[in-house]
This record gives sequence, structure tokens and C-alpha cells, in this order.
Amino acid sequence: MSLPGKSVFLESYGGTVHDIESYLSAALERGGDYADLFFELRINHSIALEEQLIKTATKAVNLGVGIRVLSGEKTGYAYSENLDRENILKAARTAAFIASSSAAGGKIGLSAPVDHQHNLYPVTVTPAELEIHEKISLLNQADAAARSYDPRIRQVQASFVDETRHTLLASSDGRYVWDVQPMVRFSISCVAEENGNRQYGLQGAGGRRTLEIFREALDPRALAREAARQAVLLLSAQDAPAGPMEVVLGPGWPGILLHEAIGHGLEADFNRKKTSAFSGLVGQKVASELCTVVDDGTIPFRRGSLNVDDEGNPTNRTVLIENGVLKGYLQDRLSSKLMGVPATGNGRRQGYDHIPLPRMTNTFMMAGPSTREEVIRSVKRGLYATHFGGGQVDITSGKFVFTASEAYLIEDGKITAPVKGATLIGDGPTVLKRVTMVANDLQLDQGIGICSKDGQMIPVGVGLPTIKIDQITVGGTRK
Amino acid sequence: MIEALKDVARHVVARAKRKGATAADAFLREDETFGVTVRRSEVEKLKEAVSKNLRLRVFLGNRTATSQTSDLSPDRIDQLVDETVEMARLTSEDESGGLPDEDAYPTEVPDLRLADPSWDNLSPEQRIDLARRAEAAAFQTDSSITNSEGSSFEYERSKTVLANTIGFVGGYETTAGYLVSVPIAESSGSMQQDHWLSITRYRDKLDSPEDIGRHAAQRALRRLGARKVKTCEVPIVFDPLVARTLVKHVFDAVSGDAIYRKRSFLEGQSGELVASENVTIIDDARLIGGLGSSPFDDEGISTRLTPVVENGCLRGYLHSAYTGRKLGARPTGNGTRTGAGNISVGPTNFYMMPGDQSPDAIIGSVKSGFYVVDLIGFGVNTVNGDYSRGATGLWIEDGKLAYPVQEVTIAGNLREMLRNIEMIGNDIAFMGSVAAPTLKIRKMTLSGE
Repeated sequence: MSLPGKSVFLESYGGTVHDIESYLSAALERGGDYADLFFELRINHSIALEEQLIKTATKAVNLGVGIRVLSGEKTGYAYSENLDRENILKAARTAAFIASSSAAGGKIGLSAPVDHQHNLYPVTVTPAELEIHEKISLLNQADAAARSYDPRIRQVQASFVDETRHTLLASSDGRYVWDVQPMVRFSISCVAEENGNRQYGLQGAGGRRTLEIFREALDPRALAREAARQAVLLLSAQDAPAGPMEVVLGPGWPGILLHEAIGHGLEADFNRKKTSAFSGLVGQKVASELCTVVDDGTIPFRRGSLNVDDEGNPTNRTVLIENGVLKGYLQDRLSSKLMGVPATGNGRRQGYDHIPLPRMTNTFMMAGPSTREEVIRSVKRGLYATHFGGGQVDITSGKFVFTASEAYLIEDGKITAPVKGATLIGDGPTVLKRVTMVANDLQLDQGIGICSKDGQMIPVGVGLPTIKIDQITVGGTRK
Repeated sequence: MIEALKDVARHVVARAKRKGATAADAFLREDETFGVTVRRSEVEKLKEAVSKNLRLRVFLGNRTATSQTSDLSPDRIDQLVDETVEMARLTSEDESGGLPDEDAYPTEVPDLRLADPSWDNLSPEQRIDLARRAEAAAFQTDSSITNSEGSSFEYERSKTVLANTIGFVGGYETTAGYLVSVPIAESSGSMQQDHWLSITRYRDKLDSPEDIGRHAAQRALRRLGARKVKTCEVPIVFDPLVARTLVKHVFDAVSGDAIYRKRSFLEGQSGELVASENVTIIDDARLIGGLGSSPFDDEGISTRLTPVVENGCLRGYLHSAYTGRKLGARPTGNGTRTGAGNISVGPTNFYMMPGDQSPDAIIGSVKSGFYVVDLIGFGVNTVNGDYSRGATGLWIEDGKLAYPVQEVTIAGNLREMLRNIEMIGNDIAFMGSVAAPTLKIRKMTLSGE
């Protein structure tokens, strides 16, 4: 399936294929090995409710072109927000400076655009003006649903953000690819209060969709009640325990474990430079045999999915760990060339003003043989964590954390008291060796993940079946 | 050049008014940026650009909408202004909305010496050389420094302009240079990374690349051989780089936004003792050359020094025009323009006043405890103060740094942590707009083995 018509950059901004070829020639005029141009137009709208008022509506337009020149391991980068010929040429010559030979680049010829291997998010985008009334109505309904869930709900904030991102990638090796990437996200947070005790609950959902998803599969009122339930539940939560213990992670969003513990450490740039705790471990056992972990950018409509990455490569399903054995890394163009392996379609960037890096798409563990009940029943004393806030990893030492926002004690095989959020800390290359049970209930998250690396934020997804880790350190306060 | 930006800003607010806005302000920034990373003695990345951005806020009576664009072609700007006015018709009446009151703007713009033209004399080759020297110094420190995530020099020169329909038009320029080194130390198959940096508005205040590289290397080296320790309750000492994260949590809890939303563990405690009596925290936008300084805030309000905590007592909160109106307080000049053009409350130079103890004396006062040099994760809840983060550091035994520790968490509650600050160092280091000296907290739970 291909995208119809011409890219917006040729249609609305007056460029021609010939212009693009001349920019690439300019970028290589000092003899770089490779150059690419990344045109981007990102338009987003957001609307937010708090204190039962629609407090603000926002539109943001980000337009620019990033020009990259590679010379060996070196990257030269420049960008322009003005798409005039003169400004783009100036940026191309700035990026060209990374290469130092006087050899001219010669003539560049772009291939005819090829059809995408997959069209993962065919959507009809309705004009924002038509949608804004409907969004306001959905926000008001969500607010009402959260407040009526429990009188202890004192504060509700909710928002819709949608984005349409047009990209066009042209490279000196003839690649010429464009894409139109939709995104929508609804989030809601609630504060519950009782006798001076204040707790907070957060839920959200979205994907590469438009508002229509909230008329059908996802009900903002249900998400609102879920956020309210979480905040109210925490009012009665006890302090989390401190020390190593058995931990069961619920399905879905707790897949953030994989993102932090292994995902970042398997990004090719760190491994090419041998700065990752996973450097040189391909072919070795890094997880129990129950663990198969994949990064899949090709799941339709998912937040982390892309038809092509931001270097114009088709996205893939990449097996990172198969039955416990490390299979490979997440590659962008630069690292794949330097390591002599194929690109995996993981070269991503926040925008035209950023250099592409190897990044995750949707990262999850395949389902296993157990049931969730069996997993929980097998625990004598432990923690059952079903929802998480953020996480972070130190790539070089491999130590990672992720913070539970909804968790319970397990005592004698039964879920008992709710406990307050606690940070879990572990070691990436060894934590999955301690996975002793994997259930058959794989879920992907609801589509709200944001990943940050080198100051670049991009949308990602995670997923997990219920799993048991036989020991991980829980960072509470109660001994 | 700054006049050209002011012209755009004036045009934008005039057009908004013509299209039916009762008030509007336009905020423009132009950033000229240069960045280089040198890794293993070779230039790895070189990036250069000039970037412009317009952020607009319009009011229709008490309704508001905002917008942002990097596309500054005149037609597109006009189209966006018109769309923003239309969006504002759809939002709710909010009686606290509107531009700052007329008496809030500065009558004259003070020169806080935020820009240093002498950065211009530094050629691209010299800039690259700063990064190269920092990395080389790290490698030369010890043969256990075997690898590197590189050393980077970054430079930014910015022009900021604001105009509104009340007639305020102002602008100022800033410069900042930043040099960081990120070496990796290795022994018996395990690696540790750390960093050190210098950031300053003035070229002659940038620390020497050799000092930065050496210091970064020493920080990475002292982490080698780190182990876990048993779960315990002990005194915790934060080095200034991590102490500033604690002070940032205090900022998050005194921001007017968090207060009116009841999302702060310090809400309703103005005038009360919230920290140990040796703690004084201020927000000072008028610090000469400060990284968080500005003559007026992002909605034009004259900036100032605001005491936040004085000898442990919470003096008040920080406000934008909106949160001030909402909570019946004067705005403090802390309005910060978000990416989308809204105003939220942000820190200027927000810091804890240094004490009189040397870091050595603070460490020396601990019989058995934990000196934290790095924190990871987001386990901080400013709604109720719950705190649990991953930590790396050094074990203190009999007043001396004994061995490195990793894969542990420290946990507690910010309310108690602030009341339990026992000692404050004399070593404040400004590495951003939020800063702190070495701090000692009487005890927290450390979770490990």
C-alpha cells in the first residue's frame, strides 16, 4: 500500500525533486560518505480541562528540514526552519563541514518513491475545528465520571493531544520516502483526599489513530473511573516494604521493565561504542529460557509503530532475546553500517532539529505457559505491581529503576493490602535470568509511553504478560 | 536584530487585536546553537543551527487559547493568529485569566549581564579543542579510564522578545557555554560512567577542560567495584549535583500551579516551619550573570528576589499573574512560557543558601552512612512527598568514604527529609538555574540486599 499523491513538502512548500538533489549535492561537496535531508511538518492540537473548566486550547506547528552528513563515524548536522532554497543550501554547507576532503560529491539522483511495505495507520484526519467541540464534550464527561466515582476525588485534570506528522526523507544513496503519521492521546489524572492524606491517580490511552478511537474502543469515562479508582485505592495503601523480594508484574504497562532493563542497553550506538553493560553479549544467555523479547514497529495503530523510521527504512519485528539468548541490537543506519549488519528500522528522532539515534518502537515479552492465578498463588510473600510511573537506566553499569504506582502485597499466594508507590531497582543483564514464571496473558500498554534519550522525546509502546521475578530490590520504607 | 523580532511581536499582537482578541502577548525566541562531541579524540558530532520560534497567547475576555510555530513566514503567522483567536472562543470563562496588571511591568530593564560577546572570538576549531582537551584529560587521569561517551562543548546565544496589547515591549540577549566530559572506567569486566561539567554565561568563567576531564574521571573511578549493601536506616549525605534535585522538588511544591491544584505537600503551610531551621531557600531572578536570571519574566512581569524558605519557615509561594490572582497573592515574576505558549510557574535562580560546613566535615560527622552521588528514576510524588529513588554512591565509615555502593534505593518522605536536614555545606555549585550545596539528612531508609 502506498501513500497517495505528493508529499506536502513538494505540494505546499514549492520544492522540487531537482531542488532536493541539489541540496544533497551541496551537503556532500566536501566529500562526506552519505547525506540525508529530513523534512518534517508536525502539527498538534491540545485541549485541557481542570477545575471543570476548559482552560486552554493550543495549536503548535513545527516545520523544518534537518540535513545530515556522515563521514566515517562522524556526523555533521544542521537544520533550517525556513524552507527557502538559500537557507537550505546554507544548512547543507554547514553540515558538509564535517567531511574534510575536497572531493566533490558529484551528481545525486533520487529513485522514484517506492511503496511502503506496510501502511500501519490508514486514517482519515478530520479538520481540528470539527473535532474540538467533541473533545470538549468528552473531557466534560470524563471529569464527571471521575468525580462521581467517589466524593473523595477533589481534583481532576484531563487533556486531549493529537498530532499529524508529515515526514520526507531523501538521501544521497537515492532513497526518497515520505509518510504521514497520526497520533492521539487522552490523559486524565485525579487527586483524592481524606483527612489530609492526598493521593494521585493517572490513566491515559491513545495510538496512531484519530479521535474516532474514543468513540469506539476506548471510553474516556472508563479511563477516568480507572484514574479515580487508583487515587482512592492509594488512600488506604500502606508504606511499601524495603529489601529484596519476589515480585509479580501484571500484564501491559509494567513492560516498562523491558524498556529500561534491556531495551536501552540493546540500542546499537552504545554497543558499537562498547559503553553498554550488554556490549559483546550477543549469543549469550541473558535471561531465563521463558523469556523471548521483541521490538516490533509494525503493529497497526500502535503508538510506537511507524511505516518507515526517520531514516526512511521500513520498520521491523526484531527479536532481541529468544528463549533467554541475546540475538541482536536495535540498529540505526550509522551503527548498522559500522557494525556491518542490516538496519532494523529503529533510527528515530524527535524532530528535524535532532540527529537520528537507534530507539525502541513497541517492546514486549512473548506470552508463556502459566496462568496469572498460578503465578500469584506461587508466591509466599512478595509484591504484585500492576501499574508504573516512569523508569530510568544507567546504560554503562546496567542498573535500572522503575516506579510502581499501583501495587499490592502477596501473602501466602493471595493478593492482600495495597502499598504505596515504590521504586524497584535491578541489574539489566541479570534481572531476566530471575524470571521464573511467564503467564499466557500478554497485553500491550494503552498507548501513552514517552521515551527520552539524549534529550529527545519520542512515542513508544511496551507490553508484558504477567511474570514472576524471584528476587528484585523493592525500595520502600517498611522493613 | 532584536528590533526585527520586536517588530514581529508587535505585528502579531496588533493582528490578534484586529481579529477580535481583547488582549494578547507574543513571545519570540531566536537561538543560535553550536554543539560538538569529541569521542576517543575524534569529532563524533558537530551541529549548528539558528532556530526561531513564536509563541502566542490570546484572550477573549476571560477565555484564552495559545499557539506556537517554528514557521515564521508572514502568511503562516497571520493564519495562526487568526486560528488562535477562533480557538479562544471555545474555551471556558476563567476569572483569573488575562495579562498581568499594568503595574507589574518593569519601568526600566536592568542590565543583568546575561550575554558575553567574547564567546564570538572562540573559533569553531577552538570550541572543538575544548571538548578534545576535556576528554584527553579524562583518559590521562588513570589507565582504568578505558572508554568514553565523549566530551561535548555547546554554546547558545539567544534573543528573547515579548510584546503585548497593553503596550509592553521588551527584549534581552543571553549567552551560555557548556562543557561536559563523560568518561567510562573499567575494572575486572565491569564498567562505570560518570560526568562533570561547567556551564556559564561568561567565556572566562568556563572551568578549564583539564579540570573538568580530570574531575569527571575521578568520579567514574571511585564508582569501580561498587556493591550492594544491606537494607538499613542511615544518615544520607547528598553531593551538590544530587542535592539540587531535592531543591527542585521543593520548587515543584511551592509553585503556584501546584498550590492551586492542591498537588503539593507544602500547600496550606505558608508561615509554618517546613524544614530544619538551618534551611533558607530563595528564588532570585536578579542574580548578575545567573543561568536563571532575566529582567522580566515570560509574561513581562518585573523579576525580583523572593525568599521561599527562611530559617526553615515557609514564607510563601511562587506565582505567575494567573496563580497570583487565583490565590490572592502578588505575582513573583516566575511566569515561564511552555512549549505550547501557555504560562506556567518556573524557577529563576532557585537555590538553597550554603552553610558553613565543609563537605569533608559533613562526611566526617557520619559514623556509618551513605554519600549519594547519583540518583535515577521518577519515584518522587510532590502531591504527598513520598520519595523513593535509585541511588549510587559511597559508603561512609567512621567519617571517611570507604567503598562504592550501587543498586540500592533511598526512600522517605520529603516533609521529613526537609525537617531532617542536619548539616549544609559551604560548596554551592551553580550548574543550572536550581542549585544546592552538600546536604546531610539525619536518616532515610536504604533498601539493598
